Amino acid sequence: MTARLVRHGFLLATTLAVASPFVWMLLLSAMPPELSAQGAISLAIDPAAAAANYRAALTQTPLPRYLLNGAIVCVAALASQIFFGAPLAFALAKGDFPGRRWLLALVLMALLIPSEVLAVPLFFICYRLGVLDTYAGIVLPSLISPTAVFLLYQVFRAIPDELVDAARLDGLSARTIVWRLMVPLSTPTLAAITILTVVGRWNDLFWPTIAVTSPELMPPPLGIVAFRDEEAGTSYGPLMAAAAITTAPLILAFLAVQRRFIDSFTRVL
Amino acid sequence: MTARAAAFLALPGALLVLGLFILPALSVFPTALTDWEFGKRNLSFVGFDNFAELAADARFRAALSNTLLYTAVITPLTVALGLAIAMAIDGAGRLKPLYRTAHFLPVVATMAAMSVAWEAVLHPSFGLLNNLLAVFGAPRRNWLQDEALVLPTLMAIGVWKNLGFAVIMFLAGLQAMPRELVDAAAIDGAVRPLDRLRVLTLPVLSPVTAFVTVVTAKQGLEVFDSVAVLTRGGPGQASEVLLHLLYTESFKSLRAGYGSAIVVVLLVLMLGLVLTHRALDGRRVGA
Repeated sequence: MTARLVRHGFLLATTLAVASPFVWMLLLSAMPPELSAQGAISLAIDPAAAAANYRAALTQTPLPRYLLNGAIVCVAALASQIFFGAPLAFALAKGDFPGRRWLLALVLMALLIPSEVLAVPLFFICYRLGVLDTYAGIVLPSLISPTAVFLLYQVFRAIPDELVDAARLDGLSARTIVWRLMVPLSTPTLAAITILTVVGRWNDLFWPTIAVTSPELMPPPLGIVAFRDEEAGTSYGPLMAAAAITTAPLILAFLAVQRRFIDSFTRVL
Repeated sequence: MTARAAAFLALPGALLVLGLFILPALSVFPTALTDWEFGKRNLSFVGFDNFAELAADARFRAALSNTLLYTAVITPLTVALGLAIAMAIDGAGRLKPLYRTAHFLPVVATMAAMSVAWEAVLHPSFGLLNNLLAVFGAPRRNWLQDEALVLPTLMAIGVWKNLGFAVIMFLAGLQAMPRELVDAAAIDGAVRPLDRLRVLTLPVLSPVTAFVTVVTAKQGLEVFDSVAVLTRGGPGQASEVLLHLLYTESFKSLRAGYGSAIVVVLLVLMLGLVLTHRALDGRRVGA
């Protein structure tokens, strides 16, 4: 009995501590501006104030644009990573060509390189290509993901060779086998790649800080920081509403498919 | 599939891996030996001047020691707290999924937005933390503007962010623990919780512990978002960290050569981490 009490008391305490910034953000986003300007706190949620704050966040700031930019970057990065990653992974898993082992070693090395290490050279590449401060520049470092290639390589390797050989005997080209056979057989891995890429791209602050200056191109993390820098303590409610809206898509997606999220994160990080 | 067809399939992806990862990473080393600035057409080889300048730069020294201290504090805290929470959740019965979900939320949440939320929690006048402390009669503090408090405050946020990953990794490890081992340990007399922890749980989980340690330490060395949003390295240099310094030197002052030297330092630290992990792994396999 005491053991249970200690266990649940401990977990309740850590849960409250972990949840506190989320709760505080939501409370402040539902507070009338007079109150938050005075620095007073009310724990009562005022539905009218909440509606006004969320409306202000969505109409008086470029927040919808930031969200759209985030979605564009996520979709473009994911599409490119599968488009370039799947054929590479297939060739590494089922192909036999000179240098295959070397190429696999390079992919594994690339997997270990921290992305910040690449920022200086990638900034220069973007500058030379003239894509700084464009969508192309934001997506460029994510055009391929060594993690995605490696995950696909693992799952493709587990698919029996007989299946691939049978498809070849049916006259399918290698490219058709990738897209019609291998990729459809790998949906759990594709889901994991989708989750890892979308979480990574949506939340990334470091690269957009470097590559983007125009407000119209800012992804949500950069946008929320720009909003914070502009507001001078007068629009705390809308700022918190904007923070909540920025965080909401991934949190809701996580709550909807928790198992998949947790599986993806325990597989690689 | 002919060798030709396979190589042809691999080519576009291979070029991207080479062009976006391998070659840029290698280019950092020669760049660190130059005085190159973005936008300048010519550069000259300066040997190890950048590293000598780093060693003499008070801001870099602050960034390096803060980053190492930050990592050295959040890593053991995250691992120990993560293990304790996972063990508590593992036996929590019906509430298990709820606890797991709650602890994992920060891992998925957008750190820039949550930093803005943390700023509100830590606000000197109407922040949640000071209001709670006031209830217990403790003095109000300016968590992010006080030189002595700013780094510990950022460390707490770092543990908050990384804890959920440790929890789910340890939970997965605990669930994979063979039932026979638990029974055998009980027969051998390891019934008290601390004994079980020592002879059973910790040894069985040691690969997970090593992995979580390395991943958390890597996150520690890479800390950027919370610093960029909440303190910009201040007050003074009290919360300067390597990635934030890299950002200001390379992309605000445009000193690419100097920035690359900072990157080389970061790479050496990360390499140390990987080698430590491998050494620990080797010891375990050998034992």
